Amino acid sequence: MKLDARIPAGPLAEKWDKRRFDAKLVNPANKRKYKIIVVGTGLAGASAAATLAEQGFAVESFCYQDSPRRAHSIAAQGGINAAKNYPNDGDSVQRLFYDTVKGGDFRSREANVYRLAQISSSIIDQCVAQGVPFAREYAGYLDNRSFGGAQVSRTFYARGQTGQQLLLGAYQALERQIGLGTVKMFPRTEMLDLVLVDGAAKGITVRDMVTGQISSYAGDAVVLATGGYGNVFYLSTNAKGCNATAIWRAYKKGAGFANPCYTQIHPTCIPVSGDYQSKLTLMSESLRNDGRVWASKLKNDKRPPEAIPEAERDYFLERKYPSYGNLAPRDISSRAAKEACDDGRGAGEAGLGVYLDFADAIKRLGEKTIREKYGNLFHMYAKITGEDPYKSPMRIYPAVHYTMGGLWVDYDLMSTVPGLFVLGEANFSDHGANRLGASALMQGLADGYFILPATIADYLARLKPGAVKTDHAEFRKAETQTGDLVKKMLSINGKRTVDDFHRELGKIMWNDCGMARSEASLKHALQKIPEIRAEFWKNVKVAGANEELNQSLEKAGRVADFLEFGELLVRDALERRESCGGHFRVEYQTEEGEARRDDENFCHSAVWEYQGEGKTPVRHQEPLIYENVHLAARSYK
Amino acid sequence: MNLVLHVWRQKNNSEKGKMVRYEAQDINPHMSFLEMLDVVNERLIQKGEDPVAFDHDCREGICGACSLTINGRPHGPERGTTVCQLHMRHFKDGEEIYIEPWRAKAFPVIKDLVVARQAFDRIIQSGGFVSVKTGSAQDANTILIGKDTADKAMDAAACIGCGACVAACPNASAMLFVAAKVSHLALMPQGQVEKQKRVLNMVRTMDNENFGNCTNHYECEAACPKEISVDFIAQMNREYLHASINEKR
Repeated sequence: MKLDARIPAGPLAEKWDKRRFDAKLVNPANKRKYKIIVVGTGLAGASAAATLAEQGFAVESFCYQDSPRRAHSIAAQGGINAAKNYPNDGDSVQRLFYDTVKGGDFRSREANVYRLAQISSSIIDQCVAQGVPFAREYAGYLDNRSFGGAQVSRTFYARGQTGQQLLLGAYQALERQIGLGTVKMFPRTEMLDLVLVDGAAKGITVRDMVTGQISSYAGDAVVLATGGYGNVFYLSTNAKGCNATAIWRAYKKGAGFANPCYTQIHPTCIPVSGDYQSKLTLMSESLRNDGRVWASKLKNDKRPPEAIPEAERDYFLERKYPSYGNLAPRDISSRAAKEACDDGRGAGEAGLGVYLDFADAIKRLGEKTIREKYGNLFHMYAKITGEDPYKSPMRIYPAVHYTMGGLWVDYDLMSTVPGLFVLGEANFSDHGANRLGASALMQGLADGYFILPATIADYLARLKPGAVKTDHAEFRKAETQTGDLVKKMLSINGKRTVDDFHRELGKIMWNDCGMARSEASLKHALQKIPEIRAEFWKNVKVAGANEELNQSLEKAGRVADFLEFGELLVRDALERRESCGGHFRVEYQTEEGEARRDDENFCHSAVWEYQGEGKTPVRHQEPLIYENVHLAARSYK
Repeated sequence: MNLVLHVWRQKNNSEKGKMVRYEAQDINPHMSFLEMLDVVNERLIQKGEDPVAFDHDCREGICGACSLTINGRPHGPERGTTVCQLHMRHFKDGEEIYIEPWRAKAFPVIKDLVVARQAFDRIIQSGGFVSVKTGSAQDANTILIGKDTADKAMDAAACIGCGACVAACPNASAMLFVAAKVSHLALMPQGQVEKQKRVLNMVRTMDNENFGNCTNHYECEAACPKEISVDFIAQMNREYLHASINEKR
């Protein structure tokens, strides 16, 4: 596997200009002859599909939901970063770039992150022009707030529904193109395989989730914007349908998978309440602007929070990280909460929770202001827990939220498979080992609105359009294989449900490869996962038939892939013998319990190459070269 | 707690459906309604029966996928709440619960509790956008929008497109859904240029999609999980009147 990131030469600030200038273009009159397949309709997918169609390309867009508007970007709450420096508080492209590289614990590519920071301002301009109702000050100017890992206010927001409003902006742009006939939309359609012809991505095989029909679509390029793999942990803040199938099947067709062990555990989620739990709900990081995180100083303290006097409370983030306080980055805040709970000082029946307290903010700003800022989040918390966060502090605990790893892409966002482009959370490119808050929306939209539409032409211009049609034998092969897999799952008729296997896998992943990982725990997981997988293929019970809407079958396919992918994630975690960002190996920590990087041996991205069923994948390295920032130990003290 | 469920079962769009009775025993009151259905489905699969199909995804009240009518009320008894955010603590032990899909001609049943809502997408296609190509925008702060206006536009924009308004309306009207998008964009300066064409096209598409008319029952507002106000329907009517007079000129 050749890993050429194709980063343009020259000074950091001029690389993106240079790349755009050097890129080949497609003549406007020829664009409609090229067909581009876009899978996924979240921020990255919808914005890419709409923009490519605006440019004149023929686009086919696919999503598993009943409407493109429901992709899980919609659930992002807090905001989107941009280096506008409207508050005049010292922000700049350089600072957003540096904060993001540092936040990612120096495990991302300089050139990509710098480009992201450069584009960030245009994203806000574009979204405002679409009518996204961002929060405003009384004079009519855009309002900003702070997020973790930054000391400037650069986060734009629309109440607690920023992701929803940005997605609706992209969705509306997409629907406009569908109405114009430039995008053909396929909802309730799940991609089950990537089709390669002569080594290049030329189409996909899909299952119609209403009729069960398996068919293929051919194109000149394939774009995957299918999100992350957080649901490998079963419980996460992802939507129930989020899955790794598209990127996993692409990996099995030759796309390199980078840094799967980089998973983000978000510190402020509503704690698990029982075995029946189907998902975890995030409480936006923006709450840490005004909420103070604390735990009791005493072990096994069963008093209600109101009964714990001030002197017996440990505001551990403020104590440990005085300069960032409650706005320390996510990985650090999560580990600090875990530490307090491991120490026996956790809140709630199971002791797995810490408090997020708004009493001071309510006293200082009044309940009305707090309601205006976070009303929908407080409402959601009250719905789920039956407790009133205006009266008593929220109980929160870390949960799997985002995955920084993903398919490896070069500077043009193309994977190791020619013609296969990967955007948003599905790729690995910008967040290193830990993503900062409000940066996922920024990256998804940068990829979809601005980067891919500029880079894909360079690939297409070298091709004869429409050279491959679905009558090619490779499509028949993929359809047969997909159909056989479906038949196999339906025929096992064992004793355990798909969810039962998924929960078992999730427990192993969380316990052995969650917030803290050790050689022993990872080896345990590497032994257990193949056992679960083997049992799945002997003992799973999938209800119904293929030729109908069959949610049990949909889940089975996704869980089957998670049972393979989980092993790769663990293997990557085992091989990365250092701690960095969201990847915390207990063997590698400082005396104070902070992550200890090993820049000498691990300043690289690990890229895994599939070798076939039952064979150990090969680990390649893309060295990370820092020419502009100094590799420093991350400190938020 | 133990419950008796009466659930609408329908194999597909062409076959007739019927209510089927299920007993749901040992349900934890802290479960969400959908988690309760997950448990029921797990037990059905174990028994070799077909599980109940229902749409759901984010399970945090924002994607708009979940769409159950519970005891005759879209999204169930709690105000301002989607089914996925409804918890079993709001039901009594031994209660009988009737679960049906959205009922509307424009939303045909696909299977059990799953309906097709593409009509909403087609309404948006006909005008629910600002026609701005990527890259054309000027600096964001050159468009000033007063906080009150922005807040009001946000109130309208909060619509999650679930369709509860249609399911609740005795006429299966989509007025609240359409009004929310028309108002969101009409309130903001960015939406001015296309506002007349937008409202005319969206209302016409709505009429062509088999939705009924509004006769001011306000059931839509009561059922809306985002508590979107019927005031926006008044705003849309005003926009529509204005646009149709101008169109005739």
